[in-house]
Amino acid sequence: MNDLVTIFISMALINNFVLARFLGLCPFLGVSKKLSSAVSMGLAVIMVMTVASIVTWLLYHVLLVPFGVEYITTVMFILVIASLVQILELTIRRTNIPLYNALGIYLPLITTNCAVLGVTLINTREDFTFLETVVSALGGGIGFTLVLAMMSGIRERLQLADTPRSFKGLPNAFLVAMLLGLCFLAFGGMV
Amino acid sequence: MKKVFENLKNGLIKSNPVLVLALGLCPTLAVSTSIDNALGMTAAVLFVLISSNIVVSLIRNYTPNRVRIAVFIVIIATLVTIVDLTMQAFLPELSENLGIFIPLIVVNCIILGRAEAFASKNTPLNSTADALGMGMGFGIAIVIISFFRQVLGTGELSVFDREIFQAPGLTDNPMAIFILPMGAFLVIGVLLALLRYTGVIPNE
Repeated sequence: MNDLVTIFISMALINNFVLARFLGLCPFLGVSKKLSSAVSMGLAVIMVMTVASIVTWLLYHVLLVPFGVEYITTVMFILVIASLVQILELTIRRTNIPLYNALGIYLPLITTNCAVLGVTLINTREDFTFLETVVSALGGGIGFTLVLAMMSGIRERLQLADTPRSFKGLPNAFLVAMLLGLCFLAFGGMV
Repeated sequence: MKKVFENLKNGLIKSNPVLVLALGLCPTLAVSTSIDNALGMTAAVLFVLISSNIVVSLIRNYTPNRVRIAVFIVIIATLVTIVDLTMQAFLPELSENLGIFIPLIVVNCIILGRAEAFASKNTPLNSTADALGMGMGFGIAIVIISFFRQVLGTGELSVFDREIFQAPGLTDNPMAIFILPMGAFLVIGVLLALLRYTGVIPNE
């Protein structure tokens, strides 16, 4: 139990996907202009990350390891993620229209989100058990959403601020990310 | 021939994938802690980008339009696996340093982006030139960033174990923040603003 809490905190706060591991920077910079879209994106990422981690863990330990073909991990994981995203999109469209309207356009984008492939690869490399994999995926997704929401809140206000012209847009976003990263450094003492 | 050269030049500065298009930021920021890592990453990306552009361009007339993205992803993932295994066998130290960012080249938007936007519509020669230009553009950006991070963060510059110079005053008290992840955000943010201020790349 203690291990699981440690993994969760480490994935969500200390080794935050965006600020410490540099995974998922594209959506972090692209979708963080409005708070509502940032939260939708975050929820979609949590969902895909968790499902993808469970499926890839099962496939890796049931198929790849017993047959000794670990070298096709990369090819297989990306195909699994791409098809999972499609299946999720179809299922949500059939069963839950409001959720589909909220997440709709963000789901296909997630296929090329390196945070999703990243979390499955990290789980494999760290040799996590099934339960640890689920917790690590949840922690990673929640940490990602947290930072995305904070960032979009800050950027909404930053748009009205009077900053030098050359800093408008991306450079400002990077500097905000640096300050957020410095704040998150303080979580390092928690584990 | 002139067009080939144009395609090559395009990626270097005018539409530099990292600095202007903001693609492929994850590996750029993550592995730019030292110039060695930056060069290793550039080599890996160049190989995958050039080969995938050539292959995609060669099969562009036979790929059904509806499944083209899936085809591109399988091609890219196969090439990345080749790079990953080769690097593990011959350059284990570099492979260890780059970690999961080698398999993550699969989801590097520069590569899929060039396959979709350029190679699937152009001849192999033009696609090679485009890949070379884009790859070098990526390389330039990542080497510049890692140069500042290494010099300010460790106080000295060494490439492949050969020392080039030591920054006076920084060797004893290096600014460790530049080696930490936050340093990458700081360097790229200020660098972008400087390039925009001097007019090298356009303002937003």
